[in-house]
Amino acid sequence: MTADPKGVLTGEHYLDGDHAAAEGALAAGCRYFAGYPITPSTEVAERIAARFPLVGGLFVQMEDELASMAAILGGAWAGAKSMTVTSGPGFSLMMENIGLGIMMEVPTVIVNVQRGGPSTGLPTLPGQADIMQARWGSHGDYEIIAVSPSSPQEAFDHTIMAFNFSEKYRLPVFVMMDECVGHMTEKVVIPKADEIEIVPRKWYEGDVGDYLPYKADDDMIPWMVKVGDGHRFHTTGLTHDERGYPVMNAECQETCVGRLVEKIRSRVDDIVVLEEEEVEGADVVVVSYGITARVAIPAVERARADGINVGSLRLVTVWPFPENRIRQLAKKVKSFIIPEINYGQLYYELERCAGGEAKTILVPHAGGWVHDDKDIYDAIKEGAK
Amino acid sequence: MKKPAAAAPEMPHPMEELLRMDRIPHIWCPTCGLGTVVTAFAAALETLELPLDDVAVVSGIGCTGRVAGYIKVDSFHTTHGRAIPFATGLHLTNPKLKTVVISGDGDLISIGGNHFIHAARRNVDITVICVNNFTYAMTGGQVAPTTPLGANASTMPYGNYERPFNIPYLAESSGAVYVARWSALHVRRLTTAIAEALEKPGFSVVEVISPCSTLYSRRNRLGTGLDLMKFYHDNCVIKHGAPTRELDIGFQEEITVGKFVDLERPTYVDAMNKWYAGVFGDDYEPYEGAVK
Repeated sequence: MTADPKGVLTGEHYLDGDHAAAEGALAAGCRYFAGYPITPSTEVAERIAARFPLVGGLFVQMEDELASMAAILGGAWAGAKSMTVTSGPGFSLMMENIGLGIMMEVPTVIVNVQRGGPSTGLPTLPGQADIMQARWGSHGDYEIIAVSPSSPQEAFDHTIMAFNFSEKYRLPVFVMMDECVGHMTEKVVIPKADEIEIVPRKWYEGDVGDYLPYKADDDMIPWMVKVGDGHRFHTTGLTHDERGYPVMNAECQETCVGRLVEKIRSRVDDIVVLEEEEVEGADVVVVSYGITARVAIPAVERARADGINVGSLRLVTVWPFPENRIRQLAKKVKSFIIPEINYGQLYYELERCAGGEAKTILVPHAGGWVHDDKDIYDAIKEGAK
Repeated sequence: MKKPAAAAPEMPHPMEELLRMDRIPHIWCPTCGLGTVVTAFAAALETLELPLDDVAVVSGIGCTGRVAGYIKVDSFHTTHGRAIPFATGLHLTNPKLKTVVISGDGDLISIGGNHFIHAARRNVDITVICVNNFTYAMTGGQVAPTTPLGANASTMPYGNYERPFNIPYLAESSGAVYVARWSALHVRRLTTAIAEALEKPGFSVVEVISPCSTLYSRRNRLGTGLDLMKFYHDNCVIKHGAPTRELDIGFQEEITVGKFVDLERPTYVDAMNKWYAGVFGDDYEPYEGAVK
């Protein structure tokens, strides 16, 4: 299906990433937003607050991020596409209810405009240090999906992509932006509504009385209903059976959590989106995401001018990690270079998947600004040796 | 020799329509007040003849948190303290639903206290039934923000010296439009209060003083559940309209019950619709839900 024209601001715009993400949500059909102000993400909420009244949406500024996250789960169960937006400290506060969203299998989207941390850190300056928190921040075992836009255009496109992933796989999906992308202003082209592909929710169409909220077919995705449809169902954050009833034993834990993990793990190659450039035959591959992917471009071009055979692999989806592709490439390349605005997070995934077959070189950055491209260039030269 | 009585004909459970019979028996202790609260809630729904398909129940965590699991409407057992914001999301997305939060004093007033006051301030059109047993029962009898001064708790082993919250006062001063308190003994009045709260547009609160004989009573040597009910019988004083600031509950002292607040104030959605109609004029379509 395609987008509801009511929310789509078709045309060419000059927008920053935060505003573009808000437009992406509107185009995706998001009509319930609950959030709490936090730099550098607030502009997303502000734009939604201004736009929602005339498109039939409801914006509410909640009392904190715990409430925001809980509210968007409620909104999704009532049948809406829902979203919240935050940055590091708020992301930390959302973790418990992100786990509830995983457990209740709620399609919803969380935009995290990353800033420097830990703690209050650098509210107005960029970071990419919440990448592992996105993966492991809530307690227990689960798989997630996260995208990482590199431009305002992608903030728009990837927010729609995030909604589509959330509906297709029934889980909260993260848009892991950073302050630079959030606040940089560029041209954003918003297509016509009928050119925007929207993945609809997997609605239950069977009889009232037969509905089992956690019975899935071969695709491992259960059918969803909305409150008020008459199914009078139950759902819980406790380990549960197909009826959504709590069952406290190891067998049910294996069935319940096993499916939450497998519904993503068995489809990693369908989910992963990569952008590769001159990777085939390269000696060195630069792996990057978000703003860092753009900062790496001059370093790669300069190394190529020096005659180094260097390719670039950009992670559009940062989670699930493209394990298979990295394992394949590790057999062929000398080294991987990974610049990140952190002291090494996806680096450890890269190192694990390279499995000792190729060198992995981290170009760390504590946050507060982007890399000096010379540091990435130096790492490429080191990797080519 | 007396002949054995003929087996009684199979009778349906009188609350079968509203209970998930496949989950009964419940996990609550004998003489717990929660069964009474569920019964009163069911009776209130019956009185109002509300279509059950339009009712949603949201609970948090704890003994009362389990209520959502037994009531056969769309029901959500959420995280500790977050029943109100979850219910806020549900209600604001579909205001036509009758959204009810049933949870405990620790869940709603301690870990969820911030949500309680803000939902009241916004006058979100939900009903909160707060079951107050003066303790954290599910985890073994720890001190709660409602434990009376001097009462014993496992984390106040020498007696509680923290001043407890007065829930009706908190609710009224935060903006609730309907506030009542009854005990698990007052089944008929409790049922009426729940029915009134459900009908009231806006944030309505019914506090239910409820016996916990397993933990609160045992630690404080207050006897059995029946003894607690007798205590309510002898010590609950009905004072409708009593100023809520005077409703503190002391250890084994008189408990004031009744209906204290019942007033009119625009709900969140009504206030928003009125405001936006003024701002946008005919361009604004009154919000009736984000789901068509």
